Amino acid sequence: MSATNKPLLSVENLSVEFGSSRVVDDLSFTVEAGKTVAVVGESGSGKSVTSLSTMRLADMMGAKYATGRILFNDKDLLKASQKEMRSIRGKEIAMIFQEPMTSLNPVFTIGDQICEVLMLHEKLGKSAAMAEAQRLLDMVRLPDSGQLLHRFPHQLSGGMRQRVMIAMALACRPKLLIADEPTTALDVTIQAQILNIMRDLQKTLGMGMVFITHDMGVVAEMADHVVVMWKGKKVEEGPVNEIFANPQHPYTRTLLSAVPKLGSMTGEEFPKRMPLTVLQDGEPTVVGEERVQNTAKYDEKPLLSVKDLLVRFDIKKNLFGKATHRCSAVQNVSFDIHPGETLALVGESGSGKSTIGRTIQQLQSSMGGEIAFNGRTYSSMSAAERFRMRQEVQYIFQDPFASLDPRKTVGFSIAEPINTHGLINDGKAVQRRVDELLERVGLPSSVASRYPHEFSGGQRQRVCIARALASDPKLIIADEALSALDVSIQAQIINLFMDLQAERGLAYLFISHDMAVVEKMSHRVAVLYLGQIMEMGSRQQVFENPSHDYTRRLLSAVPVADPTAPRNTALIEGEIPNPVRRVGDEPAILSHEEINPGHFIAKSA
Amino acid sequence: MAGFLIKRLLQAIFVVIAITLVVSFAIRLTGDPAVTMFQGGGSMTEDDLARIRAALGTDQPFFVQYLNFLKGLVTLDFGRSFSGGTSVSLLIGHALPATLLLAFISMFVSIALSIPLGIKAATSRGKAADQAIRIFSLIGLSFPNFWLATMLVLLFAITLGWLPPSGMSGWASYVMPAVTMGVILTATNVRLVRTSMLETLQSQYIMVARAKGLSENKVLYKHALRNCAIPLITYFGLQFGGLLGGIVVIERVFNWPGMGTLAFDAVGARDFPVLQAVITVLSLMIVGINLLVDIAYGLVDPRIRTE
Repeated sequence: MSATNKPLLSVENLSVEFGSSRVVDDLSFTVEAGKTVAVVGESGSGKSVTSLSTMRLADMMGAKYATGRILFNDKDLLKASQKEMRSIRGKEIAMIFQEPMTSLNPVFTIGDQICEVLMLHEKLGKSAAMAEAQRLLDMVRLPDSGQLLHRFPHQLSGGMRQRVMIAMALACRPKLLIADEPTTALDVTIQAQILNIMRDLQKTLGMGMVFITHDMGVVAEMADHVVVMWKGKKVEEGPVNEIFANPQHPYTRTLLSAVPKLGSMTGEEFPKRMPLTVLQDGEPTVVGEERVQNTAKYDEKPLLSVKDLLVRFDIKKNLFGKATHRCSAVQNVSFDIHPGETLALVGESGSGKSTIGRTIQQLQSSMGGEIAFNGRTYSSMSAAERFRMRQEVQYIFQDPFASLDPRKTVGFSIAEPINTHGLINDGKAVQRRVDELLERVGLPSSVASRYPHEFSGGQRQRVCIARALASDPKLIIADEALSALDVSIQAQIINLFMDLQAERGLAYLFISHDMAVVEKMSHRVAVLYLGQIMEMGSRQQVFENPSHDYTRRLLSAVPVADPTAPRNTALIEGEIPNPVRRVGDEPAILSHEEINPGHFIAKSA
Repeated sequence: MAGFLIKRLLQAIFVVIAITLVVSFAIRLTGDPAVTMFQGGGSMTEDDLARIRAALGTDQPFFVQYLNFLKGLVTLDFGRSFSGGTSVSLLIGHALPATLLLAFISMFVSIALSIPLGIKAATSRGKAADQAIRIFSLIGLSFPNFWLATMLVLLFAITLGWLPPSGMSGWASYVMPAVTMGVILTATNVRLVRTSMLETLQSQYIMVARAKGLSENKVLYKHALRNCAIPLITYFGLQFGGLLGGIVVIERVFNWPGMGTLAFDAVGARDFPVLQAVITVLSLMIVGINLLVDIAYGLVDPRIRTE
């Protein structure tokens, strides 16, 4: 990084406007060949618009460039015509997007989609392009590349599709790669693989990289240089070690303190409610109390007890409607939740964690096993009693926007469980209860008459929590309830969950893929893989003494928000296998071994 | 895919049986053809009527009549018309091609117009071209088809004398009926294409295609069109089916010797064999079209083909 090196890309005083709102304001940064610049920020910080502006793809969305230049190889991209840009896009600057599931065109084969870019820019013939496409698929370590060329995107997993995207982006050996949240939608073990591949290929090809992300762990693993954005402005930039070790701007400091760090709870027996660092009058201020969350009542009988739960979905049927292939989503899963306890179900996609939650909430029927609430099994309950269970158990979903009716006021949505279960009959009293609930979750009661679109993501999740509390439940199932939120909001909601638990003795079934969040807030943890529990024990047992291979693999794949930590280059290979099997060929059910009191691991089959 | 088609075929057989059963039954509730035939024709004795019923076969129990009809359906012999005694198969043989051809041409005109116009409207969303296309589509939607047909006849056949006003004789006679149907259909279809295209253009893979450096034409006509066609195929299929049934009005206005005219006359005369045959043939066509739609789906969308 000598001073004589001319930067590959230099963004100078860039401002981007959509209509009258300025989403990027006076942004400057440079990228050198072979280096990675991470652009970090929360939603609405303007980081994605920055990347789309560099490609001049923001034009199609109606962006106007109010000020500044984007110099790439001394050429101002903002002055280039769309025709000139077309010869740069895909050839000189390539881009990888966030959603691998929707980034590939569903109606064309993988081979055709990679060939297209080679035939366009490199003027290769079809057969030469196919050969090169296969080489590219090998390069991103996809097995059976020859066959894969003739497959369609829907036949590939998310991780495989993202590798295809990388192969496609690197087809013409671009000088600059822009990666916009490339691993956000992927499972951690797959994320670790993709990050490794990207790092290796960057070294091999010597390209510059702009890495857009909100995940400080990924930043620490990937970046040389960091640009922190906040509300469209750059608030801080510097070498990655410096940003993490000595953040200057109050916002950066708040952001870093909100990031849940794996291992931060080592030595603690119970989860802890931690004070929060928030921006107050432009200064990071620590608010709230620190409290040991010793709320679980293990001496009482379990509130919920799940025994040998079995859920399978029919995937394929023959002509007469009889199932021939089934997905074994949940296989002989057993666990208890005690009053006041948080049990976390962790696992990657397809592990069956959400199916378990939905079965407990009676949104999904089981094929075997028993669920008992307060000692009474669902199967021994009458229909009316089972209906009442929906009052005792409440569900919070991942997407707070999709789970609120857009045409009803939030007050209506919160009052709905009260009215459905006939808990309060007097209209005025219902109103008072709604107001109380809103205030309890940290929103003013005056917002009851507003509609969901008037709230931010974090506020909407608060509304969903208020709604869940409305029927005064004993158990709340939180299904990835924090996953769609920015870290600073996430930290607030975690504290809200903990406060409500301390106050009301609530039990939580906390379903998540995020190991760091789970470590922060759960009493006990069950690690799921392909519908079976691999390891279950207290938080301390599972995190400090992970005893199953899969748990260790999962933990080692989590990016650590510390650039000085040794980079995890151990190759994690392999996909999560497909859980769909022919009827009669069901997977073996693993038995469990208690290695310590309360600490179980699955024995290999 | 094969299993899927077999399933659909079995469904189709049930559909046809259900339709013919309902139609044959309902039609017999509308009155006695023997009485209709001699309405106003002097005094009829009960004996005369009974003789006519025996000759027509309407004296037999309903299920016997229905089974005879089904038997005829298998051998493509629909019996003879009550009025005139012509072979019903022969009548259908003349009318069906006339209707099908008109429907095909109308559909073709409409698709050929609505796809480029719909794409243009979608890509220039909110701009002048989009506004113009939407306004014209609204005007097209607001025309009752018989009114438009009458206006065309007044202008081109009567005032200008360029086109024959009615009947089916040579290509010139197709122009006005096809344009009438085509305009009405295009008005709807443009909006559908526009909506479907707008949705497709929001997809991430369109952004990816642009990020590859592809030209805008390639992005639209190669990457977007096939995806945007998937929902349209269903609609066009349904529309074609509806067209076959709903073409009666247009056939009346242009005196077109098609299925609509045949059915219209048969209703008036209580001509059971003709009406049963017309409805059965049309419902078979519609079932067939839906089957074609399912096949087309598989061709366009690999997610269905490789299932």
